[in-house]
Amino acid sequence: MTRKEMTNGRPDTAKVLVTENLTMQFGGVVAVDKLNVVVHEGEIVALIGPNGAGKTTAFNVITGVYTPTNGRVRLFDRIIAENRPRGKMKALYKGDDAGQYKDDVVLTPDKITKLGVARTFQNIRLFKSLSVFENVLIAHHTNLKAGVLRATFGLNRKEEKDMHEKSMELLSIVGLDHLADEVSGSLPYGMQRRLEIARALATEPKLLLLDEPAAGMNPQETLDLMAFIRDIKDRFGLTIFMIEHHMNLVMGISDRIYVIDFGRQIAEGTPVEIQANPDVIRAYLGVDE
Amino acid sequence: MKKNFPASVRLTLSLIAAVGVFFLLFWLEGQRTEQGMLISILQKSVILSIAAVSMNLLTGFTGLFSLGQAGFMAIGAYVTGLIAMPVSSVDNVFYVSGMADGLRSFKESLSVLPTPLLITLALLAGGLIAAIFAALVGIPVLRLKSDYLAIATLGFSEIVRAIIAAPQLDRITNGSYGLKAIPGFDSGGGRGSLLIPFGVAVACITFIVLLIRSSYGRAFKAIREDEIAAEAMGIGLFKHKQLAFIISSFFTAISGGLLAMFMRSIDARAFQVTLTYDILLIVVIGGIGSITGSIVGAFLVTFAKEWWLRFFDQPLVINGFKVPLLRTGFRMVVFSIFLMLIVLFYRKGLMGNREFSWYRLLSWPARIGRRKKSLPSGDEEALK
Repeated sequence: MTRKEMTNGRPDTAKVLVTENLTMQFGGVVAVDKLNVVVHEGEIVALIGPNGAGKTTAFNVITGVYTPTNGRVRLFDRIIAENRPRGKMKALYKGDDAGQYKDDVVLTPDKITKLGVARTFQNIRLFKSLSVFENVLIAHHTNLKAGVLRATFGLNRKEEKDMHEKSMELLSIVGLDHLADEVSGSLPYGMQRRLEIARALATEPKLLLLDEPAAGMNPQETLDLMAFIRDIKDRFGLTIFMIEHHMNLVMGISDRIYVIDFGRQIAEGTPVEIQANPDVIRAYLGVDE
Repeated sequence: MKKNFPASVRLTLSLIAAVGVFFLLFWLEGQRTEQGMLISILQKSVILSIAAVSMNLLTGFTGLFSLGQAGFMAIGAYVTGLIAMPVSSVDNVFYVSGMADGLRSFKESLSVLPTPLLITLALLAGGLIAAIFAALVGIPVLRLKSDYLAIATLGFSEIVRAIIAAPQLDRITNGSYGLKAIPGFDSGGGRGSLLIPFGVAVACITFIVLLIRSSYGRAFKAIREDEIAAEAMGIGLFKHKQLAFIISSFFTAISGGLLAMFMRSIDARAFQVTLTYDILLIVVIGGIGSITGSIVGAFLVTFAKEWWLRFFDQPLVINGFKVPLLRTGFRMVVFSIFLMLIVLFYRKGLMGNREFSWYRLLSWPARIGRRKKSLPSGDEEALK
């Protein structure tokens, strides 16, 4: 049973993730400025931009690490973040659309993960002193049904056994099953990246956010990663939203691309359109004046 | 895979050891007059080991550095003491201002229960009340991190102590006069002075070990390793920190209750910050993140402090020559040096974050032999 079959019956599943005028302002610095992104089910969408453009900040807002200053984030038909400038921010806010969003919805990252969003981190954040296997096993805790007492006295043996089996299965999918007992911090870089993806998959997400999955990889490893991302997308019926710098990877794998520069969205389109877009070329290469 | 014996061998060895310890304790109880000192040190060690393991659950496994142990032990001790104290001694103990009427009638209604049941109930009540306090205090305090959490919990612990000693509570806690006539472990009539504290400790520590091995324990470890990643994996930080804090406080209070039964008479001064430091010391010496380390540490520290180093406190004269330095209090100097040596040579405490394993214990002599033979370039990894 794939997850795709389970989600097909739901209404309005076409749009998995929608951000509306998403703005994140730290003091006087606008890190993300009116980001409007739509990610449809089954798509691979990339978010690109020069260093410091606000890509990771956008991810942090979507996953609940930050509360947006203004704007709204929807996951399927549910609002997972909504806010408007308040308190001190009212005076500081630089946008012109303040007050449009009346509700305030603040979900902590763990709640958003439970709703089906998993992520990886730009600078890998594994549970370093724990084993490879434990890293994946821990992520299954999200969907644990047993309470503390039941779990402590081992009364959820079947659930526990399922978790172990699923973890081992995930490890074999990402090709790390032979290293299950190794300390995760001792793995080579590329394997740590794979493990982080496996750990994210263990939370059984519908939307997977990858923050620079190919960082520090050579061209061959990047190609492998591309195939790997396609493979897990099909196998788990995922929708993927990723930040990436490797243009080969981005152009080769994405259905659509959003480009941001200094927090502002400057282009949107298919890889071919983006490659021809003068604004994008200007942002990446600079202009002669 | 770590090297180890097959499960059946380990189980057999553990069973033999458990039966051995049981009979040893049973025999010791019969020798109460000759072995009084040993018995009371064993009691104290095992009581502190519960507190140390509970602290390790927080510090070593969840990464929460809390210094509120003395406060929760005080709650446990006072609740246990108040409930377990026989109604007949109330007037003697509360001779200054008397006991509050409500509390007295509550105690009178409980006095129909047989003593063992009453004591069990008293210990559990102590744990539960401490757990409720932990839940309330945890709401603001657990949002803090590392040192700040330590200071906030330390403050809580001092507040508890001050409130207990406050004259306004004279009719409940007997203020600065403290509680007396708390039944001891042997009050049931039978042999219990060792078997009761050891039994309670085994139950408490087993629960904590099982908890750590469960999915919740893994979630605790994830929080210790990386809070941001743990949260991104769907582990609710507040919920799990709160859970660890409540469970740890529950068992800390049980340990406090046992301490009250051990001391027979308690007052607020017994629960100063130094008590927390004693437990912290045990956890650090044993190894932060090792349950067996905390247990070994509790016995080692208590035995060294209370017994093995006693002779340093007595003046010693050899052939008319009075050995210098040996006088009351010198024991603590030697004890401190001993602690420094342990920390210098075992940076992560005696056990690090490893647990007891029969294989490591039994292969110890062999490993020492090998270590001598190996070249200075040393294959450290192979030794592990």
